[in-house]
Amino acid sequence: MYKIAVMGDRDSVLGFKALGLDVYFVEDTDTARRTLHHLAGENYAVIYMTEQLAQHLTGEIARYKDAVMPAIIFIPGKSGSLGLGEAGLKSAVERAVGADIS
Amino acid sequence: MANKTINPTRMELTRLKGRVKTAVRGHKLLKDKRDELMKQFMEVVRKNRALRRRVEEGLEKAGAAMTVASAVMSPEMLEQALLYPKQSVELDVTYRNIMSVNVPVYHYQTANEDSTEIYPYGFAQTSGELDAALEALGKVFRDMLELAEVEKTMQLLAQDIEKTRRRVNALEYVVIPEMQRNIRYITMKLDENERGNTTRLMKVKEMVLQDAHNYK
Repeated sequence: MYKIAVMGDRDSVLGFKALGLDVYFVEDTDTARRTLHHLAGENYAVIYMTEQLAQHLTGEIARYKDAVMPAIIFIPGKSGSLGLGEAGLKSAVERAVGADIS
Repeated sequence: MANKTINPTRMELTRLKGRVKTAVRGHKLLKDKRDELMKQFMEVVRKNRALRRRVEEGLEKAGAAMTVASAVMSPEMLEQALLYPKQSVELDVTYRNIMSVNVPVYHYQTANEDSTEIYPYGFAQTSGELDAALEALGKVFRDMLELAEVEKTMQLLAQDIEKTRRRVNALEYVVIPEMQRNIRYITMKLDENERGNTTRLMKVKEMVLQDAHNYK
């Protein structure tokens, strides 16, 4: 059985606790990096991460992109979306097609 | 690059011809694979885009409700209310095969069957706004899980398409042309040898005849 984790600042992710997900309150980049690697080594299939956190961790996240597990998914934090999700989509298309379409 | 050390022999020629045939067939197959993967990929991208929009909208709504809830309640109360969840989620992962790319499929099970029973607190000390926030969050979670599945699928497909595309191009522009060049080189060489042989024979015949009949 696998688990689902949520990483982000307290105000953004507190609510997920009630849904039964494993919530990790992370405020700064250093702890985020450590937590991410720790979680990836554990039994987590999906890790949701706020975009505010993810924007400083692109290198670390890219490392898990080609692995089947874990899936790292960006969610908008309390201050709204930064458009990282759309950017990831674009880069995937670029990678597959070899050029940017659309 | 061309003809490093190729023996211009008939055996080498047959071997090369066989390899070209295999390479051409492989190229065609890989090309078909790439095209089909691309088709699937485009579908996944479209789905991903729609889902992401939905999830972001849902989360924004839930976030707004949460902000209201935290404004009404004290932070300590809020945390206390949410600290021990009643609900727990377990995830089961199986794999689906898309053109020999294994992509995950998530099945989740909630420990508590009743989805209205997610509130891990009594109603006495919390505000109704918190209920609304949690309900919104619970609704959006289903989409979030699907988003995770679709997004991972997209990434894995993109990776495999890149790999296949490179293979197709390598075969088309490097491997096959080089082998064809080598085949041409060998045929030329063999033909040249054959011609050399013929002239030599003619010369020898002339000499033998001259010897036999004492022509002057």
